[in-house]
Amino acid sequence: MDKIRALIVDDSSVMRKIVERSLRQAGIDLEKVVEAGNGAEALTALHDNPVDLILCDINMPVMDGLEFVRQAATAENSKGVPIVMITTEGSETHVVQALSAGARGYIRKPFTPDQVKEHVLPVLGKKP
Amino acid sequence: MSTDTSFITRSHEENWLPVLQLAVEEVFEIMLGTRVKPVTQPEQTPTGDFTAMIGLAGSLCGILTVRCDTKAAGQIAKKMLGDTATSPEEVSDALGEICNMIAGNFKNKLAGTDERCMLSVPTVICGEEYSLHAMADGNTVETIMLFEETAVAVRLQLQS
Repeated sequence: MDKIRALIVDDSSVMRKIVERSLRQAGIDLEKVVEAGNGAEALTALHDNPVDLILCDINMPVMDGLEFVRQAATAENSKGVPIVMITTEGSETHVVQALSAGARGYIRKPFTPDQVKEHVLPVLGKKP
Repeated sequence: MSTDTSFITRSHEENWLPVLQLAVEEVFEIMLGTRVKPVTQPEQTPTGDFTAMIGLAGSLCGILTVRCDTKAAGQIAKKMLGDTATSPEEVSDALGEICNMIAGNFKNKLAGTDERCMLSVPTVICGEEYSLHAMADGNTVETIMLFEETAVAVRLQLQS
């Protein structure tokens, strides 16, 4: 698999580490990992850091994940980059909102590394 | 989508305690790889060295807290991060995230509630010299879970 540059957006630094570890356990060869603590930080980070994959929480301060997805889906630096939500919000409404905004996948916390593999590899065009 | 409000209107304690316990068990098993079990007659209430809390608003309105001692909080962070060294900030962060996932997992299990209940971002208090007064004056559901021989208290306080 090609090397992947990933942006992980979560207000918990511990959760960002767990998501990165889960990506590696899924067999994804990470060339670079960019971290952001909320949607606004993530949009800023994307200016200087082109990425191939974005994983994003929903409930965050400053700018939540749904607003970030709406803006990232049309922004020059991130248009077309697959976004997978990783969140405690498990309702159908949130899933529909996220997918409508431009997310390509949805993982509910708590999650296993296998679930990350199952939802992330397809958006990278790989078989889980 | 169907909305089963009868589940909500029945006795909270009767219905919600096992749901809360299951939500806690799943979070610990999936994220920490550790089985925790409710203690029916706890020998001691956990000290409040660390208290994580998260607000609920909407169809459920109140606060969910996770309280434990320093040792348990440190072990939770270590298990989440895969036994790597953890800083004090990471210990608080990890406990806040556990609280967040328990609250999310709990409301996801209540039919008809998840769609109309929002969670705040978590807050963590370190130290036990404090008094917590929640404006939630309704039902309280609490469970003491045994995590590696240390008690962890999970309490849900709701507005009536």
